Amino acid sequence: MTRRVVVVGAGPAGVSAALAAADAGAQVTLVDSAPTVGGQFHRQPAGAGPDKVPGGSRLVEHPRVRLLTDTVVWTVEPLHSGHLVHVRTGQADGPGRHGEALTADALVLATGAYDRALPFPGWDLPGVVTAGAAQALAKGQGIAIGDRVLVAGTGPFLLPVAQSLVGVGAQVVEVLEANGGIRGWTPSALVAGRGKLAELAGYARLLATHRVPYRTRRTVIAAHGEDRVTSVTTAALDREWRVKPGTERRLPVDAVCVGFGFTPQLELAVSARCELVDGFVEVTPTQETSVPGVFAAGELTGIGGADLAAAEGTIAGACAAGQAIPEAALRKARRGRTFAAGLANAYPVRPGWRTWPADDTLVCRCEEVTLGALRTAARERDALGVRSLKLTSRVGLGLCQGRVCGRNAAELAAGYTGGHYDPSDTARRPIAAPLRLGELAEDPEKENT
Amino acid sequence: MHSDVVVVGAGVIGAACAHALSVAGVRVTVLDRGAPASATTASGEGNVLVSDKAPGPELDLAMASRLRWPSLIASLREDLGAGAEIEWEAKGGLVVATTEAAAQPLLDFAAAQRAVGVEACAVPAERARDFEPHLTPSVTAAVHYPQDAQLQPVLAACALLAAVRKRGGTVRSGVAVSGVDTDAAGRVRAVRTSDGEVACGAVINACGPWSGAFSTAAGAPIAILPRRGIVLVTAALPATIRHKVYDADYVGAVASGDADLQTSSVVESTPAGPVLIGSSRQRVGFTDHLEVAVLRELARKAVALFPILAEVPVMRAYGGFRPYAPDHLPVIGPDPRVPGLWHATGHEGAGIGLAAATGRLMAELLTGAQPHLDPAPFRVDRPALMEAA
Amino acid sequence: MNVTVDGEPQPARAGQTVAALLLAAARVSWRDTRAGGRPRGLFCGIGVCFDCLVVVNGIPDVRACQRVVADGDEIRTQHGAELPEARS
Repeated sequence: MTRRVVVVGAGPAGVSAALAAADAGAQVTLVDSAPTVGGQFHRQPAGAGPDKVPGGSRLVEHPRVRLLTDTVVWTVEPLHSGHLVHVRTGQADGPGRHGEALTADALVLATGAYDRALPFPGWDLPGVVTAGAAQALAKGQGIAIGDRVLVAGTGPFLLPVAQSLVGVGAQVVEVLEANGGIRGWTPSALVAGRGKLAELAGYARLLATHRVPYRTRRTVIAAHGEDRVTSVTTAALDREWRVKPGTERRLPVDAVCVGFGFTPQLELAVSARCELVDGFVEVTPTQETSVPGVFAAGELTGIGGADLAAAEGTIAGACAAGQAIPEAALRKARRGRTFAAGLANAYPVRPGWRTWPADDTLVCRCEEVTLGALRTAARERDALGVRSLKLTSRVGLGLCQGRVCGRNAAELAAGYTGGHYDPSDTARRPIAAPLRLGELAEDPEKENT
Repeated sequence: MHSDVVVVGAGVIGAACAHALSVAGVRVTVLDRGAPASATTASGEGNVLVSDKAPGPELDLAMASRLRWPSLIASLREDLGAGAEIEWEAKGGLVVATTEAAAQPLLDFAAAQRAVGVEACAVPAERARDFEPHLTPSVTAAVHYPQDAQLQPVLAACALLAAVRKRGGTVRSGVAVSGVDTDAAGRVRAVRTSDGEVACGAVINACGPWSGAFSTAAGAPIAILPRRGIVLVTAALPATIRHKVYDADYVGAVASGDADLQTSSVVESTPAGPVLIGSSRQRVGFTDHLEVAVLRELARKAVALFPILAEVPVMRAYGGFRPYAPDHLPVIGPDPRVPGLWHATGHEGAGIGLAAATGRLMAELLTGAQPHLDPAPFRVDRPALMEAA
Repeated sequence: MNVTVDGEPQPARAGQTVAALLLAAARVSWRDTRAGGRPRGLFCGIGVCFDCLVVVNGIPDVRACQRVVADGDEIRTQHGAELPEARS
């Protein structure tokens, strides 16, 4: 019987996985919540066809690929053999979407990652957004998030964001890299990332042309304004990311974009019981997770960028369809991982960020839990684990289910109590995307017959 | 004078026992292999119910506990100030029948409860929406239970434990207890833990669904089994549902031993905003895979009771295991086989509500005080507990 | 396309997200939080943070960054936690 492979996520990893699995003879369903393929990296202007995305045209024409866009996977259920992937298709966020349960002999998770934001006073003011938000808005909608924009955080991703902002007419006042920038790269990463270096040099030239200052070991430590950001305070950081007193500067801006690395979208992998290592999904050389028949590719397994994600996707797709590891992709993936390890090394998040928020700074934006309230819960309520921390302080109990604050709260609480806060516990979201109660009440099996 | 007591398990039952003993002047040490209040207690809804229990010993315990909670909260407030906030709401319950067949059994059940002192007021079906404006119009009978209440279980357990510490007791998390040591006379003298021995004069098994395993390790097995329950959580809503509202089927589900899935929709708003919908009951061992069929059934019944919820987002589902004895009664008292070993477990889905009286009864029995209610039905040497183990 | 924002007609393009529509209309926030009444708008922009919630056609808790506008949409500010509007 033909193997049925379900691929979740149509970014570089998912598209490659779907093509590789379909080429290997499997019947593939590729699911993504966006209206079109590409993911965050190859995001297209609204209404653009899939042909602009590498592999996109082949994907839509492939006889063995079914493309399900505008579709969220809200849970994955284990079957005796394989998995049942529960989806809803239609306008975000319902109601009235169409429900379906897809049977997967093999499942490829390529759910990607999102920007990590760290809390600082004023980070919840309108106009403060993640770097990814500014990027998506510029690339997908052709809009600049502001006229005078500060970009701050860590990692090479800040540069293409600044470039996109300039491209839609914003003035980027500064790009602030909290780490040491290119100076932190190891020689092996420099070698493995030759292609990337050329790309980064291109961004640097463009920013120079537009007179955008790029400063290292500096970041935004406060946003000011009444009902939107109107200015920021930036400061120099020491190696642990504590603020160097006396280096604070105030800058007028109308938008701030922050990105301190990426957090993988782990909920489906966690629900499927995949083992994690250091916060990422553990995989074998075939990209198979600890759960037989469940594969993972791309940022879920480690932050490494689009090329590595695509190589991993090719391996995952081929192996999910029952083929041997494609050697060329394996070589590419190995090279990509050396570069990724170098990136992780050069752009870490340092513990000094925990000194940025004030007592009344929100840690959890959904439930409006301040740093002071979190500390009280952790210390005085004996909240020594993630579950009790959540239920005593309400941190992470809002609609985002800890996606934004989970890791930050766990790290802050660990500093207060020495308790054990497993970051994977913050990614335990058995309902991976909210659905309306009436949608949950429907039985798609019955409706579709 | 009693020497130290070790309580194994920092859930709400262990916390309530430790608290009552601390108040009685006993020095206690609470040990938990994980974090406090992070297993069964963290997966409950916070039910303090008299409405769901038929006349009998469990209802007696529930009534005593319902009476006890407010004074317990007052005592916590004295000890802890603002740290005693546990979201207590004496909101009352409304049980509704939605079929003709269910109407009379509900009214009969309520009459029997009234005979033993439960406040249970029949509400004419057409007036049910005065109590709950968003309720489905297709109600065939309704009973209002003013005594039903709600609290937030993790806050309650953590407050009880904070008061234990304040009174000189010790709470240690991440310490797994693997067994007990006895002296020449066979009496408990210490517990063995992952962090060495802890000497004690008595040990209380408050391990919830894992009580059976601990009792076996302690050399005196009792039959306590896990029953799984799942609760759905909606996005925050404005105050929409005023009472704990549930379908009359719940009454049947609680007392049943069937392994098959049982659900009934208990629907309630919480002070924080989300509506809780629970709960399912399944005997599936310690299997905790989420089953879509179970979630769907909970959702279906909740929407049937409150049609407006159909367009509200569900953001979370949580599940946990509740400890039950084959005869569905809690176990509270000394183990005759190992002097110094005590059990406080088997409260199934009612442990939050029953914790206050359980802790008090345990402290009375341990210190030799006059018990405030008859402990005999909860004794350990019941055939159902010993033989099945 | 004909779309209204808080009752005012607003020009909209096919494929535009509700968030892009609101930003193009010079709105930077379109929700206030239920406890502190704090203004909120776009934050993560990719559907993760649930900060950009808005009421569309009477249904609250819709992510503006994920929802694509449709002809006739009535979009309005979300005030704290809201119940779905009863529809006739």
